Amino acid sequence: MLFVAGWSLATYGGYVSPIFLASPTRMIEEGWLLLTRFGFMHDIGMTIWRVVGGFVLAAIVAVPLGIAMGAWKTVEAFFEPFVSFARYLPASAFIPLLILWAGIGEAQKLLVIFIGSVFQIILMVAVTVGQTRRDLVEAAYTLGSSDASVVWRVLLPASAPQIAETLRLVLGWAWTYVIVAELIGSSSGIGHMIVDSQALLNTGQIIFGIIVIGLIGLVSDFLFKAANRRLFPWSLA
Amino acid sequence: MSTAAVNIAGVERIFPAQAGGSPVTALTPIDIHVKENDFVTILGPSGCGKSTLLRIVAGLDEPTNGLVEIRGDVVVGPGADRGMVFQSYTLFPWLTVERNIEFGLREKGMPAGERRDIVRDYIAKIGLTGFENHYPKQLSGGMQQRVAIARALANDPAILLLDEPFGALDHQTRGLMQELLLNIWEADRKTVLFVTHDIEEAIFLGSRCLVMSARPGRIKADISIPLPHPRHYRMKAEPGFLDLKVRLTDEIREEAMKVA
Ligand SMILES: Nc1ncnc2c1ncn2[C@@H]1O[C@H](COP(=O)(O)OP(=O)(O)O)[C@@H](O)[C@H]1O
Ligand SMILES: [Mg+2]
Repeated sequence: MLFVAGWSLATYGGYVSPIFLASPTRMIEEGWLLLTRFGFMHDIGMTIWRVVGGFVLAAIVAVPLGIAMGAWKTVEAFFEPFVSFARYLPASAFIPLLILWAGIGEAQKLLVIFIGSVFQIILMVAVTVGQTRRDLVEAAYTLGSSDASVVWRVLLPASAPQIAETLRLVLGWAWTYVIVAELIGSSSGIGHMIVDSQALLNTGQIIFGIIVIGLIGLVSDFLFKAANRRLFPWSLA
Repeated sequence: MSTAAVNIAGVERIFPAQAGGSPVTALTPIDIHVKENDFVTILGPSGCGKSTLLRIVAGLDEPTNGLVEIRGDVVVGPGADRGMVFQSYTLFPWLTVERNIEFGLREKGMPAGERRDIVRDYIAKIGLTGFENHYPKQLSGGMQQRVAIARALANDPAILLLDEPFGALDHQTRGLMQELLLNIWEADRKTVLFVTHDIEEAIFLGSRCLVMSARPGRIKADISIPLPHPRHYRMKAEPGFLDLKVRLTDEIREEAMKVA
């Protein structure tokens, strides 16, 4: 609210030139134009598909590997050094390289999201699984569980809520990678629209784009939280 | 000699030195024979190695020397033949009461129909009919420990190990839990090793009480408790009970003074 008030004051009050910052009404008009005339729905769709696609691929690889690392010390010792190193590599710095390797097509966009997400998920899942209560594991053994069934019947369900929470967090970060990927070498997507608008000095469109990103992030976050509540009723206080 | 339910032979446990410390001898060589269908209580001041001993029998820890045999088989790791109830609440929080109790039965691959009958039976025995679909967090501490006992017993282990299962409960609840456990035991007389630091509890439940010395733990007294079954809580005020209590109190006081 304060943010909108400050923004209105700056723009309607004439303190900031419209070239640098459009007013809220102007932004809404531009947004409407984008949606109805310039096919912005398609851009939004592309961006969502890239985030979800890259993120799902990352999760498919990272969750099982993270669980294996959390469960078995040998697996952890094998992968941990590389993954710890790789997580600090900024995904956006890979973009030029990925363009060389994969061109500027969808594969490159998905790879940026993938690289940005996969190492984070692996490490956070491994830590979560590694922190499973020792006494629950022991209880399972005294009930006749094998090592494999301890993984399936104790480590996995015990960690599931925290793993879901990790995915929610990383999905949020994936949104920032996708926009960067689209700013460079792209012909569609919200990031692409923002670059186009910058060329035309259309700050209304840029701000509209940013707000749309925020809203989608909020909605996906909300959906994730709601799903977690439904899936893991036992873990709530 | 016939094979004992549990044979603990020369079991010793020395924990390796932690950074900057010296090794901790938790148990000096211990020998115990437990007969089938006996209810043995192990009484000792805290820190004397009771949990360590029980964990070695369960196969969750390994003795530095010596070995444990269950019905003649040497223990090499944890297994379904030794059910365990821990002092901490170890029900699986993501499973309902019913599913917790059938956890071990599923490990055995028992068909759903049989599982259901056994689970229903134990839920009735522990007085939790109507709570089948509750999650552990919805239960009181006493209820959780009852479910933990049912979960261990449903597996039909050769021996039941309990490590201060009622230690975290208030006095009233603890009394009720003791009676409940005793009722279950009087019905099927499963072999039990029950660790406690509560003298009354050790007498009321056990048919035999082993008193452990302060660290390093060893068995300093082996006292038979010839009180008749079924036992009733009023027995705690009768002369036979009180005599035993005085005797055990003397034994324990000596040890407690060493560490106090
Ligand atoms: N994993 C361990 N590492 C080092 N020392 C331990 C470990 N477990 C127990 N001890 C020590 O062994 C002694 C006996 O512990 P414990 O068996 O838990 O006693 P009790 O159950 O009778 O209270 C204590 O002094 C404790 O500090
Ligand atoms: Mg203990």
